[in-house]
Amino acid sequence: MLEQLLWAGAIIILGVGGCFGYFYGSNLLLDRIFPAHAADMSKAHRNLKFQSVIRPWLFLGPALVLLTVYLIYPVFQTIWLSFHDKSGEAFVGGANYAWAVNDGQFRQSIFNNFLWLLVVPAACTFIGLIIAVLTDRIWWGNIARSLIFLPLAISFVGASVIWKFVYDYRGEGQDQIGILNAIVSWFGFEPQVWIALPFWNNFFLMVILIWIQTGFATVILGAALRGVPEDTLEAAVIDGAGPFKIFWRIMVPQIMSTIIVVWTTITVLVLKVFDIVLTMTNGQWDTQVLANLMYDWMFRGGGDFGRGAAIAIVIMLAVLPIMIWNIRQANAEQKGGH
Amino acid sequence: MLDRIRLEPSRFFLHLTVFVIVAIWTLPTAGLLVSSLRDKNQIAVSGWWTALKTSDRNAQGRMKGAADQIEKDGSFVISGNLLESSDGRGTIRAFGIRVQKPDEFPAGIAAALDGGKTLLVNGDGSYVFSSPVAFEGDRGQRVFYVISVPPRFTTENYENVLFAQNIGRSFVNSLTVTIPATIIPILIAAFAAYALAWMKLPGRGFLIAVIVGLLVVPLQMSLIPLLKIYNASGFLAKTYLGVWLAHTGFGLPFAIYLLRSYMAGLPKDLIESAQVDGASDFKIFRRIILPLSFPALASFAIFQFLWVWNDLLVAMVFLGSEQDKIVLTYSLNSLLGSRGGNWEILTASAFITIIVPLIVFFSLQRYFVRGLLAGSVKGG
Repeated sequence: MLEQLLWAGAIIILGVGGCFGYFYGSNLLLDRIFPAHAADMSKAHRNLKFQSVIRPWLFLGPALVLLTVYLIYPVFQTIWLSFHDKSGEAFVGGANYAWAVNDGQFRQSIFNNFLWLLVVPAACTFIGLIIAVLTDRIWWGNIARSLIFLPLAISFVGASVIWKFVYDYRGEGQDQIGILNAIVSWFGFEPQVWIALPFWNNFFLMVILIWIQTGFATVILGAALRGVPEDTLEAAVIDGAGPFKIFWRIMVPQIMSTIIVVWTTITVLVLKVFDIVLTMTNGQWDTQVLANLMYDWMFRGGGDFGRGAAIAIVIMLAVLPIMIWNIRQANAEQKGGH
Repeated sequence: MLDRIRLEPSRFFLHLTVFVIVAIWTLPTAGLLVSSLRDKNQIAVSGWWTALKTSDRNAQGRMKGAADQIEKDGSFVISGNLLESSDGRGTIRAFGIRVQKPDEFPAGIAAALDGGKTLLVNGDGSYVFSSPVAFEGDRGQRVFYVISVPPRFTTENYENVLFAQNIGRSFVNSLTVTIPATIIPILIAAFAAYALAWMKLPGRGFLIAVIVGLLVVPLQMSLIPLLKIYNASGFLAKTYLGVWLAHTGFGLPFAIYLLRSYMAGLPKDLIESAQVDGASDFKIFRRIILPLSFPALASFAIFQFLWVWNDLLVAMVFLGSEQDKIVLTYSLNSLLGSRGGNWEILTASAFITIIVPLIVFFSLQRYFVRGLLAGSVKGG
């Protein structure tokens, strides 16, 4: 153990040190090659100009290289692979996509992903909004928000263990040790193997993600709600609007852009959901989703990179509209802002 | 502000509603923590919410054989203690000699059995088995009993998983992955963000748009091509360096985006006056930008730390399954497969994996929330 710790410490220092070294060294090198304090004035001037042209790229360099290698190149390579066979050698046209359309597992995954997309962002946003409004009005609201926010720090795998314990099932005659079945039996109903109930089990898995993400929605929406101008609310009160009317007609429309941001952020997350399904059911009992199906095709049974890539492309296509919308928003902000 | 508007008819109902919601949100985690500290036999038979109650459990033991019998007043007697081999905790409430009826006779009263034999089992486990004729056979009679075990809390589960189940090792591995995978992207992104915010550079707007676009690219797109590169390169496949770089690459778009918007908001005069004074960009970055950007750097650091520590997919694909490299999430996932019913192992392991994020989260919540707001309200 001690040896491992020392070894870990050494490679940490090496890795981080190497990174520091690059920035410090490359800058020093630039200053040496084009010295700003040359004896010849015009030469010094020219050197300074060179420095100001080159330096931004020294600063950006590692980031651009990493982004290209880890994100940009893979996107094109995955598109290319999705039209090739399992080892990526022979061109097969649209065969991988044709396979996907006719594959039962793939259809199941599309259906389930669709369910997730329908339920999880809506539930998180809605519950988050309600909690934000309620906790804003009580003295221990901060503590309540922290506790609801807490699952956001927990890994999907950890959360899966937590909820698997909640859903645990014991056979007839035994005491239920999972709290859900204990409550269900206490009310006199039959305990169930929740994660193995086709169709409904999807919702029991979704609960985990909703449990994790609602805190995120609460915090963002809470901040937006506090930004709603007070005079609009006062005007509504004077006009005699009831609390629900104020909430739906005055508050919600004013924070609509934030609601959209929360919704799309969670949507992107839902499309990539993998860990929860892998650890809870591994796609059994009709719970398969695209991300887990893709992992299956990458590694299990020898692997088929063509089919895996085709599934990845489907996920990418679903994200594409959000990506375009984000870029347009960012561009508009740049033109309007600084 | 909202206090002045009555959304609810009664304050009590409001407090109750929030209390119920908070309870729903915290109970699952509370169950995990309580269970991880319970005796493993108790976890398996009773719910964690009964942890403070004494629980009844069915058990069995075997009395001594014929060799230990003593003849006394014309009858043959075997005596001993059923609980002496166990840890001696608990009280026997009832006993029986058939597996179907472990609670046939109450403890402390001699029970009459077939053939004139009598059996007395006391609460503390001591028994007296007597018979008018000599006992035969080497193996003693089996006894089934119901034992009441008082609640017991222990750290055994943690000791077990840390040392016997390799969770301790995985913990160190997780740190080895997470610390550099947090620091390296901060460094790289901070320089890039400064260049994009304050340096003259052709195509700046385009680069920013690309980074915003990359924010939502699913990780899944990168897995197969990167795996091919890694396997071909040799020095990246299944190494820590490979995982650090992968996490750096995947974390960079958000890091650059977050830091750039923060740095762009810093006062322009400050940077321009430093430039007029002849300070180099490197100096401005180090002396002015980095210290002023501390809140944004801290926000990103927390994000990246939590993301890397909690990641399973990248670790599974790029680090492989060797004992000396697997991280906590991976270990926990394999335990779910191999020890699916052993809740004492799962709960303790799960708690070890979530304790570090929880500490980071609670001590630095302010920065975390600030980062969330900056990352998603603005433009995002």
